[in-house]
Amino acid sequence: MKDIIEHKDHHLHLENPLEATPGGMQKIVLAGNPNVGKSLFFNYLSGTYVDVSNFPGTTVSITKGFYKNSEVYDTPGVYGVSSFNDEEKVARDIILEADIVINVVNSLHLERDLFLTLQLIDMGKKISVFLNFGDELKKRKIKIDAVKLSELLGVPVYETSAVKKIGFDKLDEAISAAKIGIQPDGLHHILHETLNRIGSQAEALLITEGDEIVAAKHGIPCGSGEDREFIYIERRNRVNEIVSTVEREDSSKGFFFNALGKYSLSPLTGIPILILMLTILYFFIGDFVSQRVVNFTEKTIGKKYFEYYIKTFVADYTPSDITVTRINEIDPATRTRVYSFKNNLNENQNIKREFLHFSREEDAIVDFHFSNPIAKLLFGEFGIISMTITYLLFLLLPLVAAFYFAMAMLEDSGYLPRLATMLDRTMNKIGLNGRAVIPIMLGFGCVTMATITTRLLGSEREKTIATAILMYVIPCSAQLAVIAVLLSGAGFLPIFIYVFVIFSTLVVISTVLNKFLPGQSTPLLIDLPIMRMPRLDNAFKKTFFRTYGFMKEASVWFFVGALFVGLLDITGMLTVFQNMLAPITVHWLKLPKEAATAFVMGVVRRDFGAAGLFNLALTPMQITVALITITLFVPCIAAFIIMIKERGIKEGLIIWFSAWIFAFLIGGIVAQIII
Amino acid sequence: MDKIKKGTYFTIEKLPSGVVKVQLIRLGLSEGDTILCLERLPGGTIIVQKNRQEIAIGFELAKLISVRSK
Repeated sequence: MKDIIEHKDHHLHLENPLEATPGGMQKIVLAGNPNVGKSLFFNYLSGTYVDVSNFPGTTVSITKGFYKNSEVYDTPGVYGVSSFNDEEKVARDIILEADIVINVVNSLHLERDLFLTLQLIDMGKKISVFLNFGDELKKRKIKIDAVKLSELLGVPVYETSAVKKIGFDKLDEAISAAKIGIQPDGLHHILHETLNRIGSQAEALLITEGDEIVAAKHGIPCGSGEDREFIYIERRNRVNEIVSTVEREDSSKGFFFNALGKYSLSPLTGIPILILMLTILYFFIGDFVSQRVVNFTEKTIGKKYFEYYIKTFVADYTPSDITVTRINEIDPATRTRVYSFKNNLNENQNIKREFLHFSREEDAIVDFHFSNPIAKLLFGEFGIISMTITYLLFLLLPLVAAFYFAMAMLEDSGYLPRLATMLDRTMNKIGLNGRAVIPIMLGFGCVTMATITTRLLGSEREKTIATAILMYVIPCSAQLAVIAVLLSGAGFLPIFIYVFVIFSTLVVISTVLNKFLPGQSTPLLIDLPIMRMPRLDNAFKKTFFRTYGFMKEASVWFFVGALFVGLLDITGMLTVFQNMLAPITVHWLKLPKEAATAFVMGVVRRDFGAAGLFNLALTPMQITVALITITLFVPCIAAFIIMIKERGIKEGLIIWFSAWIFAFLIGGIVAQIII
Repeated sequence: MDKIKKGTYFTIEKLPSGVVKVQLIRLGLSEGDTILCLERLPGGTIIVQKNRQEIAIGFELAKLISVRSK
């Protein structure tokens, strides 16, 4: 029995990466405010890449690596150690377990950043401080007396410029020289009683500062709000004193005023900047990538080469009917030719040669129909191999990469928090504050990813509203890609109607939610990072890792979706389903009944659904209705699962089912008017 | 604080209590501090500057902070 218990204990330890490590490895934890460059330090120490960006809230989970004989942990950027939100809880748990804390500080924001530094010192942790952004300091003619700072804090202080990789050579020394700093005289007196009961100064401090979770862990009441305020104000005063001693500014005030940063805040200039930014985004994503690049990758590489060769190869072994249409040929007699091979391509060499010649004409479009169910499932219209690979690699990949690249540049520039500030009042009207701009913008990339970031919103109410908006109206980049291609082909009026309907739906849904959801939304409180030129290498790296992550996640669902629809197709279930939905599709939405396929696929992945519309011959107005319906339709399976996880089963299911109703209701009303 | 004018300096007299107070103190705004109102956006969102730190404060929060202009 004893053995079993011991074994179980041992097992539990292994499950929690933060508890005792085999061999008693020392734990080095990187801590700091958002945007201070922790991730670059982590990359240097552990050699792996972490997402680096210029807005609060991107390092949501812990990243662990190894450096020499130590474990290294990266933490989410926080302004202090406590339990106000998920990021802080994650950071708090790792910091509590740390043997050594490397505190990375933004030299330009000493007053803000040293607050955390002093809290770490008060916790009794062994720390070393890195003053980052040394290059920016020089540029702005600010001098920080690092020796004096080290003296006042009682811990080693090093100057670095992480972006330029200057000062990383001091890390070894910093790790071995890290020590417990100078704590204020009165602190031990305040902590005395709690410290005696639980034995850990760090936890005693957090409990006295009112951290309910740590207090509950030890089963003792946490400190009152008064204690916390007392400690915080005292700490704030200490920070101000230290900063005024160590910092010297040589230039006059207003020198640091960053023109672009300022102009992007006020609507008068901020809206033109936003429009300019969206226009550049449109030309880059909507025009350059989704038209020119995708035309080449999808139509030429995908259809003309990849699918053609793979299907011709399959036709060598199995019966097929092949239709070849030359789209530039006006004479109907020679425009289309149909080849029928009862066994395979090789049964008649003359016809095969003629087919191979005719189908290789510049303007030829080739349609293969296989009668063998397996060939059809793998290489047919919804072929798991043919269609999925074309869509994934030649349509989605360039678009998703382009979107992530644009987002990465925006994040790195520091523009997003300013956009959040400018749109704050507008967002207030729908029960959100400016910060919600971030998940909603991210939603245009990936709704699933965006749903996770709704965590950074201040209240449950805001999380619900933002999640609902994401699920109902925001098309993700993959879906947006297909929408952009179809709509830009349909003309100006369809684009206008589409945007108008989707936007009105957004306004109506969020206004109604804001009116009827109980509770209160939180006001905006956000710190504005410095505007800077986005760093290309950082943006490329981020694009690569996010695109890779997205493709890895999306590919599975694409194959599942193709298999699902392919099976429905060869078993005849697709026709049954199309007929079942026909009254709605044909009479109410006024679309061909095959459009129902798009909805079936849309349940699996939204973009997959929209992509299903590609092969249908639709009028511009039908395209508009189909796209409105598919946009408002249910989110993909991955987003659905994450929504259930974040918002609970009840709320998740309500949102999911109501998406069906909204999509068909609104799509239908538009259809009745415009078709 | 919702009534301060752009470009003026003011002193914070009282912050609202609770968690939001703690967050304000962490960002560097505490009672007695003198700060600059950098910008007032239409609708009332306020951007303040303390040294190089710029902080955006929503209208509803600004209403709860009492200040004295300098």
